[in-house]
Amino acid sequence: MADLLANPWLRGIASSVVIATGVLTIAAWAIWFERKFAARMQNRVGPNVVGPAGLLQPLADALKLLRKEVLVPRKADAVLFRLAPALALFLTIAVVAAIPWGKDIYVADLDIGLLWVLAMSGMMLFPLWLAGWSSNNKYALFGGMRAVAQGISYEIPLLLSAMVPVVLAGSFNLREIVEYQSVHGWFAIWPPGIGVLAFVIFFATSLAEANRIPFDIPEAESELIAGVSVEYSAMSYGLFPMVEYVHTWLSSAVASVLFLGGWSGPGSSIWIIGLAWMLLKTSILFAFIYAMRWTLVRFRADQLMHFCWKWLVPVTLGLVCLAAVWVNVTAGGR
Amino acid sequence: MTFSCLQPPPLPDPHIDLESYEAGADLMVLNLGPQHPSTHGVFRIKLVLDGEIIVKAVSYPGYLHRGVEKLFEKLTYAQVTPIVDKNDYLSPMINEQAINMVFEAGLGIEVPRRARWMRTIIAELQRIASHLVAIGTFVLDVGGAIGGGASMFMYTFRDRELILDIFEELTGCRFHYNTHQVGGQRHDVPVGWDAKILSAIATIEQSLDMYDTLTSKNNIFRDRSEGVGVLGRDLALQLGLNGPVGRASGVDLDLRRDAPYHLYDELDVHVPVLMEGDCLARFKLRALEVRESIRLIRILLEDVPEGPIAALKPSKGPTAVKIKDGQWYVGVESPRGELGHYLIASASANKGMSPYRLKIRPPSLHLVSLVPWLLPGNSLSDAIAILGSLDPVMGEVDR
Repeated sequence: MADLLANPWLRGIASSVVIATGVLTIAAWAIWFERKFAARMQNRVGPNVVGPAGLLQPLADALKLLRKEVLVPRKADAVLFRLAPALALFLTIAVVAAIPWGKDIYVADLDIGLLWVLAMSGMMLFPLWLAGWSSNNKYALFGGMRAVAQGISYEIPLLLSAMVPVVLAGSFNLREIVEYQSVHGWFAIWPPGIGVLAFVIFFATSLAEANRIPFDIPEAESELIAGVSVEYSAMSYGLFPMVEYVHTWLSSAVASVLFLGGWSGPGSSIWIIGLAWMLLKTSILFAFIYAMRWTLVRFRADQLMHFCWKWLVPVTLGLVCLAAVWVNVTAGGR
Repeated sequence: MTFSCLQPPPLPDPHIDLESYEAGADLMVLNLGPQHPSTHGVFRIKLVLDGEIIVKAVSYPGYLHRGVEKLFEKLTYAQVTPIVDKNDYLSPMINEQAINMVFEAGLGIEVPRRARWMRTIIAELQRIASHLVAIGTFVLDVGGAIGGGASMFMYTFRDRELILDIFEELTGCRFHYNTHQVGGQRHDVPVGWDAKILSAIATIEQSLDMYDTLTSKNNIFRDRSEGVGVLGRDLALQLGLNGPVGRASGVDLDLRRDAPYHLYDELDVHVPVLMEGDCLARFKLRALEVRESIRLIRILLEDVPEGPIAALKPSKGPTAVKIKDGQWYVGVESPRGELGHYLIASASANKGMSPYRLKIRPPSLHLVSLVPWLLPGNSLSDAIAILGSLDPVMGEVDR
């Protein structure tokens, strides 16, 4: 067994299967968690029929969707229409590869890990646009156009705010960023002001990347009915919300790696405690996203753009400069 | 009130000629509805869009037409009440009252004081229930069915539930009550009703403060609703708008104060009026009216009049009421504006047992008539917010 895992090919395949499955499983129960959480916020009960406390509800939903027929509208571009959800799932799972879940728990220890994560989540625009365009539906087209406009705009403050930890830690490698924080303290706390602002902006813009309220204008149910996924049915529809949950979960994971010290914490030299710290931090951010989702209303498309280009971009540019100055003043460390 | 005698100047046609629109513009036609989730019923608007900006909006009501006005001519006066419940399905009690009041005017009978007292309380409770739905659905339209809007919607529906419980205790029904009859009420007040009402309105008063925190103190909500869909006072007057939408635009008219019926002449109704005329003003005004209704109910519950609840004996059959020749108009203040019924009675129509003609003036139809004026120039997102802030009920528009 041990010499089997020494083979880099087998090790890569095994680790990616285990970690991708783990993330998808967590995302499935994140749906259950959100439904329960939202129900509690709204004085409802939430899912409680399938399994104890409704815990098997995600499985039931998936089974129901799998048994249904995938309908392709007659005038839709059938190839792109079928490709879009699959591509969305592929890109989301590709993000998982570079995220370190513990000291030695990762698929690939990339030197440009952060770039890989941001590139793959940035590519999520393609499936959304493909779905919006190939559906041959005006509401879906609106959703796709809004997704592209929003994604391109919010990419910039997202990248710039992610540059702050990179500048401070001096590395694109997510594992090294975490190790730097485990020695010097979380970037969300230190350096004062710069770190916490970068954290808030990164978190907010990653919400926009994952199309969560208040930035969920691409799907905007009350205006666009379901946005890009309006023509989809069965599991090809089911992949869109699923991808959204995975994406939100991964955004929380990346935010906790970049700013909250990832797996570091008391006792994190034992791998399972490190993993627990990572999952705990990610879960808290994730729960916060849903508390916000069920409280706020959404922006209008033009207000969203104003907010991005007039506030977020200048502020994040300033933050990167300040972080560079900080690193020079403190001579790379403290 | 002087404007009733003014002849309004002719309105300009809101439907612009697309040929005269900017040459080379890439316009798109989008059908909003009839099955769109945010049109509050089956309502279709044909939108001509330039990008996301609406250039022209043409409304097509009529998908919920049931022909009730024709049906009235076949039914007897006693049979009409359960039908009108379905017109404005968010305030069925006020529909019942309005139609029975016009029959009472035709018969020339006086409704006993206790029945009028009951009707006043019921009308105010129904106004609260209807406004709670309007508040909830507006936030739902702004905030999304899967998001903050849905939470607010759930909260307002939870509070509306208290009022439905009160009505259920009174009538046995939750929605289509049929508790008003010509000359009075069908069901007398149950024991302990007033205590239940007082606790319900206390709860609602508390929740109103929470709604305020969630909405008008929330920056995103303000950005979405402030200055959006501004309705001027002149246009409101020309289109015959009153009710909350008119009052949010400065039309200071409320039939409860200006043409009192029930027990409103004994009450000092404070009518809130705002001048802004935007979505936020309409939203705020409904919350103010809920507070005013709560105040009125508290005053009414202090003094319970004794006596009969109906002027006529309970009708044994559907033919008990007969109205002779004549014409009557009665308007009441429904949660959407003036709900008027115009009755032409004739002894020849079904031997005087059915109306010769009964015309409804639904306030929602006038709200929907705003669509071609208010929507152009706004984005698609704002169009949904504006429709939500008008709060039309399609059952009443199409009848």
